[in-house]
Amino acid sequence: MRRSAKRRWADCPPYFLALFLMLSPAWAVQPDEMLADPGLEARARAISRDIRCPVCQGETIDDSNAPIARDLRIIIRERLVAGDSDQAVIDYVVARYGEGVLFNPPAEGANLILWLAGPVLLVAGIGVAMAAARRRVAPEASLSAEEELRLREILKE
Amino acid sequence: MVVELGHFALILALMVALVQATLPLWGAQRGDPRLMALAGPAAGLQLLLVGASFAALMWAFVVSDFSLAVVVANSHTAKPLLYKISGVWGNHEGSLLLWVLILAVYGAAVAVFGGGLPDRLRARVLAVQGLIGVAFMAFLLFTSNPFWRLATPPLNGQDLNPLLQDPGLAFHPPFLYLGYVGLSMAFSFAVAALIEGRVDAAWGRWVRPWTLAAWIFLTIGIALGSWWAYYELGWGGFWFWDPVENASFMPWLLAAALLHSSIVVEKRESLKAWTILLAILAFGFSLIGTFLVRSGVITSVHAFANDPERGVFILMILGVFTGGALLLFAARAGTMESRGVFSLVSRESALVANNILLSVSAFVVFIGTIWPLVGTMLLGRDLSVGEPFFNAAFSPFMVALAVILPPGAMLAWKRGSIERSLRGLVPALVLALALGALAFAMQTGRSALGPVGLALGAWVVFGALTDLWARTGREAVAARFARLSRLPRADWGKATAHMGLGVTIFAVAAMNAWKIEDIRVVQEGESFPLGAYEVRLDRVEEVQGPNYVSTMGTMTVTRGGALVAVLNPEKRVYPVAGMPTTEAAIDYGLVRDLYLVLGDRQKSGGWAVRSYIEPFANWLWAGAFLMALGGGLSLSDRRYRVAAGARKVPVGVPAE
Repeated sequence: MRRSAKRRWADCPPYFLALFLMLSPAWAVQPDEMLADPGLEARARAISRDIRCPVCQGETIDDSNAPIARDLRIIIRERLVAGDSDQAVIDYVVARYGEGVLFNPPAEGANLILWLAGPVLLVAGIGVAMAAARRRVAPEASLSAEEELRLREILKE
Repeated sequence: MVVELGHFALILALMVALVQATLPLWGAQRGDPRLMALAGPAAGLQLLLVGASFAALMWAFVVSDFSLAVVVANSHTAKPLLYKISGVWGNHEGSLLLWVLILAVYGAAVAVFGGGLPDRLRARVLAVQGLIGVAFMAFLLFTSNPFWRLATPPLNGQDLNPLLQDPGLAFHPPFLYLGYVGLSMAFSFAVAALIEGRVDAAWGRWVRPWTLAAWIFLTIGIALGSWWAYYELGWGGFWFWDPVENASFMPWLLAAALLHSSIVVEKRESLKAWTILLAILAFGFSLIGTFLVRSGVITSVHAFANDPERGVFILMILGVFTGGALLLFAARAGTMESRGVFSLVSRESALVANNILLSVSAFVVFIGTIWPLVGTMLLGRDLSVGEPFFNAAFSPFMVALAVILPPGAMLAWKRGSIERSLRGLVPALVLALALGALAFAMQTGRSALGPVGLALGAWVVFGALTDLWARTGREAVAARFARLSRLPRADWGKATAHMGLGVTIFAVAAMNAWKIEDIRVVQEGESFPLGAYEVRLDRVEEVQGPNYVSTMGTMTVTRGGALVAVLNPEKRVYPVAGMPTTEAAIDYGLVRDLYLVLGDRQKSGGWAVRSYIEPFANWLWAGAFLMALGGGLSLSDRRYRVAAGARKVPVGVPAE
């Protein structure tokens, strides 16, 4: 590890070591942030599970204990209490922190490549396999001289 | 002195690896048996030297030799011995030395157990293995030397990251590396076969045990990491689709695909080119994983740009090995003619479907992992990809895999009948659907995830049992039971591993669907309900640990007045590393874990307490264990032991 590593842990635990996991223990959602209305609170939790903590690479604001994550959780709840729809809340956060906070990149524009890569490859894979299978079913050529020899050897054994 | 000897041994090992990588290869090309015979002893010597080097580093950690930079950065005199030892691989330099050590172990294993291999193939496999060793030892010595001394040693070290001071994590890296590096064997065999231009049933039989071993280790390593995350990180999550986790998951998926396709090569002499490609890709993804983790490119592109030396080196290794092997593949794949013909409905086709699903799903994980990188470097956009994407884009492949597994596993080779294999599976299907319906009826107003996961998992488990039962023939029930114990271990292995997958699928769904969470402020002495349980925070006190200070809560859990458990969740502060950790207290159970976490003291007095009921958490680890056990059973099958010792391998395995 580099000497600066220690300081880095303190700033943002997820960066430490980057060994096998980049996560840190989380205290995350605090009791004092939570809304009394269980319906709104559930919506807030669902939204915050899709928003990345802007200063930590791999954590949602629901899991992160960074101060900014806490601020975001509170903002989300304030917007919900003010009567915003889920999408309006998400748009509000994206407008302030950029699209990088979305853990669920919308399937549009260049992100379509991300979303469609799997299905397209699946179809392509099935296509190739089918084509290969059809070719394979074609009548087998008779044994080559070398194979004939090997076969006789085997039968002798 | 010991450290210098270790350093010197590593340099010697590099020299030996250079010899191992070149002369036997040349000898195999020219047909010179003396040069080819060099490979075995060279591999043995390499193991000896790398082993000595590793032992020297371990010694430095155990005696806390703070003149070594690595020891200073990752150890401390007050640390327990176990973590002094695990500290050896708890850092970049040491973990790479472990990587190289394991590589040498595998190389030596081929030299010892590879007696049955044709001389040329053996020489070539060992040479490729040596080449990988050269690359990584050069990387180690030139960019990440663990034997670097400090001119002015400090009095004490900076301690190992406290999160890593944990028994689960102490053994997680060695297992993962045994898996990653084990795939280098499949790679070496693939490249050797490409150089020879020949792949046959015997090749499939030689490759499979190595892949199987690698896959078992990966399974255990991933499960240990997941278990560690579950109990250590303090919110009961077990999988986060974190880039570093993905880096180990992609090779696991591809190794699983490779295992299945090499069965087709072994039994039916088909899918040869594909299997070779898969072997190259599986190791390629191990290297990609190493690159992603080691270069820091994923955590921060800037970190990579500021210190590109290591990243570029690994990228070069990745490029040379994967690229080189793929070029060789492109040139030689045409010669890998398939012999076995099979119809669209056959075991072969089912295994092809398995391979497509596994490799496409690995690719989905891959693109999701590198997409933020693509966003920054090519699109100039800041993008993130997390759990919601993977849940939506990855899970369908696993669902499809689970759906086709039972009938596919029972299809006949060459030409099967879906109808016939489905007929045998009717009881399994009915049972699975009934369980799913039961779960649906019992839960109210929750997502369909739980019941569907249960039905799917049950389908796979009962399907595997049906498969096993079907292998006992058609006689009376008693006779069939008697035959059950005489079935080949490979059959048991297959059924066990498949059941493990079913159990895992169920547990993942159950944990996501039926988890109960409670977050609140609790005063000392106060109680609160958690599901059917009553939890009381008795007291909170300060406790001094060996190298940490703990704030420890005592909580009593009762159910209907009866005591269930007394648990002690802790918050620890490690003063040397200056880092806090949470130690959740868990009451493990057959159908649920009670999971309690102590948070911060509140201004109003009282403590923030998070409590969870984690349903069927133990089933997840049990499922992973069953998968690994299944692999182990299969590995211990007589056929491999026979194949390992015998020079002549029976040709023409009867189609079952």
